[in-house]
Amino acid sequence: MTRTAGDTGTTAGPRRNMRRGPARVRGTGHPFARYVLRRVVTSLLLLVGVTLVTFVLTNLVPGDPVAASLGQRAAEDPAIVAQFRAEYGLDKPLVVQYVTYLGNLLHGNLGTSTTTHNAVSSDLAAAVPATLEIALGAIVLSVLIGVLFGTLAAYRRGKTTDHVLRVVSLAGLSVPTFWLALVLYYAFYFQLHIAPGSGRLSSDFNVPPTITGLYTVDALLAGQLDTFLDALSHLFLPVLVLTLYTVGLLTRFVRTAVLEILDQDYVRAARAKGLPTRTVVRAYVLRGASVPILTVVGLAFGSLLSGTVLVESVFSWPGIGSYAYQSASHLDLPGVMGVGLVIGATYLLVNLVVDILYGVIDPRVRLA
Amino acid sequence: MTRTVLPATQPGPAADLPGRRRPRMRLGRWSAPLGIVGAVVVLLWLVVAVVAPFVVPHDPLAQDLPRLQAPGSGTIFGTDALGRDVFSRVLSGATVTIPLALLLVVMSVLIGAVLGAASGFFGRWVDELVMRVTDLVMAFPTVILAMVIAAALGASLLNAVLAALIVSWPSYARLTRGLVLGLRTSNYVVSVKLLGFSSWRLLLRDIAPNVVGPILVLASLDIGTAILLLSGLSFLGLGAKPPTAEWGSMVSDAVQNFDSWWLGLFPGLAILTIVIAFNFVGDALRDALDPKSVTVRGGGATL
Repeated sequence: MTRTAGDTGTTAGPRRNMRRGPARVRGTGHPFARYVLRRVVTSLLLLVGVTLVTFVLTNLVPGDPVAASLGQRAAEDPAIVAQFRAEYGLDKPLVVQYVTYLGNLLHGNLGTSTTTHNAVSSDLAAAVPATLEIALGAIVLSVLIGVLFGTLAAYRRGKTTDHVLRVVSLAGLSVPTFWLALVLYYAFYFQLHIAPGSGRLSSDFNVPPTITGLYTVDALLAGQLDTFLDALSHLFLPVLVLTLYTVGLLTRFVRTAVLEILDQDYVRAARAKGLPTRTVVRAYVLRGASVPILTVVGLAFGSLLSGTVLVESVFSWPGIGSYAYQSASHLDLPGVMGVGLVIGATYLLVNLVVDILYGVIDPRVRLA
Repeated sequence: MTRTVLPATQPGPAADLPGRRRPRMRLGRWSAPLGIVGAVVVLLWLVVAVVAPFVVPHDPLAQDLPRLQAPGSGTIFGTDALGRDVFSRVLSGATVTIPLALLLVVMSVLIGAVLGAASGFFGRWVDELVMRVTDLVMAFPTVILAMVIAAALGASLLNAVLAALIVSWPSYARLTRGLVLGLRTSNYVVSVKLLGFSSWRLLLRDIAPNVVGPILVLASLDIGTAILLLSGLSFLGLGAKPPTAEWGSMVSDAVQNFDSWWLGLFPGLAILTIVIAFNFVGDALRDALDPKSVTVRGGGATL
């Protein structure tokens, strides 16, 4: 699912097809539908794998959940321990425990946080829209900037623009985001008073009526322009920090992809016959590079989700990142596993969408 | 080194094909100077990591200075909330982080290369098993999985390294597998096999040398990622425990003392300079070996 540049096609492609025989002979139905179905099944299997990972980590780790949940004195009393184990099903075989765990997950039960004492699922439900708001902002911005920078660097290969962009993207990849967040917050809020303080809204604004959970969208829907602007200004710094890293990643990758396409005969032909550069870039180059670019957008989304964990805590942004920070620093396992599960599932979904889009963009993928 | 590189996308013994130019050391106009700058900075930090315990002006753990002093008045980088010298702690941070990051990368390379080579060379169930495990690990964004594992293992720097190791070996396994898979069916390997040499000889003498280059490039770019990952975990409280002078946890101390800017600025700059230096080196190395063998880590570590 997750891929490195080197193995986009090579890992799953030829060998698997050889084993299964030509797909066209076997199947019924539309080849694209079959392609989608296969991807969905793979993703579901991986999703089960993801739950297995979180289950194993919650249950088989050195730390004893009994000792962690009961006090020292209670843990020394065998009767209380036995009752506790029976109550939480800890005396059952692991397979049974896993099935129970899966059943709980299907009912949306992710356990109870030992920090907030709320159900992890309700904590996360409150946090997800906040994270979504910065993640969407950052991914849109970084794709726009990254594709622009990458294409520019490829076109100006070896020239000053290319080198400057190389340094910029390497710098973006090298900055610790949690630190950058702190520095920008200090500079723009604390010293220059340009950016607003932490959180999603200034204290003199009310939360707009919840429709999507995204404050900017909700404010617009409610027609509260000033609330919208305030929410937008609060978005600025977190989105900026996340964008900087992702732009670094995308620029490098888009550059390589575009360079490869520029080398193709059909692009050379298009340029030779005198088409304007703009047309060549849009209709030939970016179209040809769209599959690798899509790959890295999927990857970038993963790094973005990781980034939010480190950035949100600095801006007191009440998203899953802050929640992860809070539960990780209190060693609140249900909380941490809940975050892992939600982010793992989101990442799988993004990669599934990316895979399906491959099929849409490139017919060779779905017919293979 | 100059001969052994193959583009990661299409493994094949390029050097063997007649009429195809062997990849040479191609030093870009800028990537080489950047690489040299990077190498110098890396070297400086390595020296710091070795000598820091002997040359720091104060004991990095001693709490005997006035608290929260701004830089200048007697100390170079100021003091923290417990009266410790920030300058000494930043230098000592190199001794803590750099060896662990190097250890982490070396271990990931070893584990990844061995499993990847086995996967590509033996195929069948070995391949299936190893690849499904990498699928599983790569189904998570790196930092998230590392965070989850580190939390489950309990907060300590060694557990953070272990967690980071679990998330970072698969990219090497994938890369090695792809390269070995391509080489296994190449003419020269098939002929050696037909000559009756053992599998081990094949792997070590004929295949390994052609795999080393790309792995080295990936590893050199990965050291920076490793440092970011370890300091990020420590920032989250899942790595180094106080009072250890670790850069990430020093930055997280700064979150609590916001107006004392020097607490966070200097350890962060330390991370930034060493990571960017390693990345400059890795980037120049990649350019020199083969401009096309770009590989991006799965999951991507944003730190």
